[in-house]
Amino acid sequence: MDNRHAGMNGGTPPSCVAAPVSDTEIAEICEKYGNDKHRMLDILREVQDRYRCIAPATMDKIAEKTDLTRIEVEGVASFYSFLSLTPKGRVTIRLCDDIVDRFAGLDAVAHVFEDVLGIGIGQTSPDGAFSLEYTPCIGMCDQAPAAMVNDIVLTRLTPESARSAAEALKAGQAPEKIVAERFQELTPYERVTRMVDNNIRHAGEILLGPVPEDAGLQNAVKMTPAAIFTQIEESGLRGCGGAGFTTGRKWRFAASERAEKHFIICNADEGEPGTFKDRVLLTERPHLLIEGMTIAARAVGAREGFLYLRGEYVYLREHLEQVLEDRRRRGLLGQHIMGVKGFNFDIRLQLGAGAYVCGEEGALISSCEGLPGEPKTRPPFPVNRGYLGYPTVVNNVETFCHAARILDRGAEWFHAQGTEGSHGTKLLSVCGDCLNPGIYELPYGHTVREVLAMVGGLEAAAVQVGGPSGTMIARDSFHRKLTFDDLATGGAFIVFGAERNILEIVEYYMSFFVHESCGYCTPCRVGNVFLQKAIQKFRSGHANPEDIEYLKELSGTIIETSRCGLGMTSPNPVLTTLRNFPLVYSAVIKPSKDGIRDTFDIQSAIDGARKIAKRRSYIFDKDFTQ
Amino acid sequence: MSELPKARIATASLAGCFGCHMAILDIDERLIELMKLVDVDRSPLTDKKQFTQRCDIGIIEGGCCNEENVHVLYDFRRNCDVLVALGQCAIMGGLPAMRNAIMHSDAPLRECLDEAYITGKYIRNTTHQVPNDPALPLLLDEVYPCSQVVEIDYQIPGCAPSGDIIFDTLAKLLTGRFRGFEREMIKFD
Amino acid sequence: MSGTKRETGFTFTIDGVEVKAYAGMTIMEAADEAGVYIPRLCDHEGLRHQGSCRVCTVKAGGRSVSACTQPAAPGQAVENETARLNKMRRDLVEMLFHEGNHLCPICEASGNCELQAMAYRLDMTEATRFPYLEPCRALDASHPDIALDTNRCISCGRCIRASQDVDGKGIFGYVGRGIHRRVAVNGENLADTDAEVSDHAISKEVCPVGCIIRKRVGFVTPIGEREFDKGLIGHEIEEKRK
Repeated sequence: MDNRHAGMNGGTPPSCVAAPVSDTEIAEICEKYGNDKHRMLDILREVQDRYRCIAPATMDKIAEKTDLTRIEVEGVASFYSFLSLTPKGRVTIRLCDDIVDRFAGLDAVAHVFEDVLGIGIGQTSPDGAFSLEYTPCIGMCDQAPAAMVNDIVLTRLTPESARSAAEALKAGQAPEKIVAERFQELTPYERVTRMVDNNIRHAGEILLGPVPEDAGLQNAVKMTPAAIFTQIEESGLRGCGGAGFTTGRKWRFAASERAEKHFIICNADEGEPGTFKDRVLLTERPHLLIEGMTIAARAVGAREGFLYLRGEYVYLREHLEQVLEDRRRRGLLGQHIMGVKGFNFDIRLQLGAGAYVCGEEGALISSCEGLPGEPKTRPPFPVNRGYLGYPTVVNNVETFCHAARILDRGAEWFHAQGTEGSHGTKLLSVCGDCLNPGIYELPYGHTVREVLAMVGGLEAAAVQVGGPSGTMIARDSFHRKLTFDDLATGGAFIVFGAERNILEIVEYYMSFFVHESCGYCTPCRVGNVFLQKAIQKFRSGHANPEDIEYLKELSGTIIETSRCGLGMTSPNPVLTTLRNFPLVYSAVIKPSKDGIRDTFDIQSAIDGARKIAKRRSYIFDKDFTQ
Repeated sequence: MSELPKARIATASLAGCFGCHMAILDIDERLIELMKLVDVDRSPLTDKKQFTQRCDIGIIEGGCCNEENVHVLYDFRRNCDVLVALGQCAIMGGLPAMRNAIMHSDAPLRECLDEAYITGKYIRNTTHQVPNDPALPLLLDEVYPCSQVVEIDYQIPGCAPSGDIIFDTLAKLLTGRFRGFEREMIKFD
Repeated sequence: MSGTKRETGFTFTIDGVEVKAYAGMTIMEAADEAGVYIPRLCDHEGLRHQGSCRVCTVKAGGRSVSACTQPAAPGQAVENETARLNKMRRDLVEMLFHEGNHLCPICEASGNCELQAMAYRLDMTEATRFPYLEPCRALDASHPDIALDTNRCISCGRCIRASQDVDGKGIFGYVGRGIHRRVAVNGENLADTDAEVSDHAISKEVCPVGCIIRKRVGFVTPIGEREFDKGLIGHEIEEKRK
């Protein structure tokens, strides 16, 4: 818990030791974004990047310029992990603290950074040069352990490579020089691929095989909007982010809503631990993605769109900006697209700032509006009233890419692949204990065992399908199929070997949800903390048989009363392991003796007093009488 | 009711103000009725310091702030079939538990004792020392509600609970008729 | 979805009781008018619906929804007073008790506190299985007429909405995320804001607990005459039906 106090705001007012920032400079940043409160995330990101901190006086100034109250600005600034009310180092090193990174040797890497930089995790060096912290999954699980150094990504870290990176930074080298000596001379695409490997292990026919440029869009401009979403509907395409809503229907709903404006948003806030498929599409198929968004715009009559890129993927920004610019130049974005009069659509890249919950479509819209990333009340649904109250289509990166391909090759071609109810292919992000982690584009319907054979993971004892909010299965379920109706997945496929401790994984995932809950509703905000504590009780061997029932009941309350998908799925790591790995739990429980609770440890409870009084307990220290 | 064999009850006051025990006396003339149903074993009311035999019901006032409280609570749990937490301190720590949330240094207990005996604004302690007689039980790192130390079967809320709710609950427990409280009787103050 | 339909009423049922509603009404609004009480904490008459405490969770069309935000639908069968729903509501109320520092015996809101009254109504009397989080939270007594004891805040946000929408001031707001999310004031402390004791946000009915304290009027109502000494929370609504 937060243990600071004084002042209503739960802490001593953030004392920025960084040099005071001139009001003029803050005003300039605000003006750059039109003093628009809906651009708050951009404003705050830029302030953070430039001054390493969002100080109270800065918030006052921003509030004044954007016509908000300071508390509203503070609400945004204090919500996102990458924004900070206290000064951060000029170089901020964020070590990816995913469970896969931990198993891949994160600890040793972290120690090296602590050692070389002379600061602990969570600390900033006194001279303001460095901050060192942990951050949840940054989407590099196929090349873990990984880290972000400002906007640069380092992967496959070893204690040795970490040491040379840390020493170079300490010696004053710019972070990008660690990646390449002549970083500045590389193209944006080269920079991206120099930092991060794609690891495409199996290219399917739809997305990662050869893709003709803008063939879908060329067809779309000749079609009526109704014909477009009919084709998408007939293809059987369902949302690839996890929820699996029928894409064509979503577009149809938005199109049928009469409004002054419509919006298209691409959800590239891929935050589910163990998922990195969108990273690869954004790297290798950005044109296809934008093509898909443009087709959606054509279908629903939208003139504006956003590509919401998670803050962790900031290293892709230049690359994507270049693609957007290129398409504008070639008449594929902007006014009269492909020469079609009145077909106007453009896209703005909106960068996130470290908040998993923004992957929830309402929260994503809130974030685009410059608000804290809190889900919105449903109904109304985004297709009816989304961004600023206008009908809005939000789809995943993969979904837009699929849509573009469907417009090129037709609904039947797509529909024929996969299985009944789950058509087309799915990108799997495979990582963990297997020989060939990376991206596999496979038609729906493969069994888990087939995938394991492909990735060199047949030794697996457990697979986390769909990430923590999905399902953890054991060997006896490896015959199950990857489809919407059996094992649904947004893409994550995390392999765990027999040497892994299931309870450690579950506790990690619960701590992830505690960290990422927006805190809006009671069950998710508080219940997940309780669930994490209960799992700790199992891990420390203090759980009773009744605690199993407690886990189930508490999970039930969280799932049924939570406001959005995060809380409705956050107990899944607990529930699916209880179901599929019951022995893991029953092996560590023991009934309490004489009704005395094991969780209460009298020895540690009196230890402090023993030291203060400089004497032992006449009740609980056995040898006291001697 | 009178044909039933008499039940044995025991009571103890841990980290509380003894108000809940005073509230037991608020049962007033119904005490006579209650005494027809029970014999009182270990209790400040009888001044018996040890159990003379196993009891049916143990009633606990107060939470655990020191080792002696824990010791007594363990003793009650081992010697009573049913354990009842009486009042807010036993149920959730009560006022003594305020120290749990206001201490925030690396040495919270030290800080608490210093403020209570040495540095506090209104303290006049010429020895400038924290009392440390060997007979004083050691304090716990924080104040624990009874249910965090042992299993508690029933709780009677209130600060202090009314004579009515105490009598009503005990009478029902003794005759196996307890099905929860009348909502109007539930009070946390 | 837009309101082109005429304002014709329809009916639906709550626990089998027929309830009348109009297009655009939430389940809770219709229930209140019909004299059916659905427990709630963050919702308050005259303020925007927020749907954050989740205590008003009901079953509608087989799904759990918050009654304060869910539009009523014709013919729908809503479940409200079921053992399962009340158990979950009790869990939620208990979570709020354990998240902050709620010491009823010393709180001046005791007897007028909606959190406490909700615990009574939902029979929160069994030994808890939840841990106490015992956060270290601030007291703000900087303002001459108002004090804030955030130990008792349950993040319902009623003061935020009242200040923004009724007073037109914006004295309060949420900051932080997850378990660290909390209500804070628009400035270094309350004295730094333009809060006045006459604000609706500061009035007795807006803060459901004892967080917002009007100075010099504490403990004026004797025990026995306080709001919930007179009856269970929700009794006024339920009496409409009798």
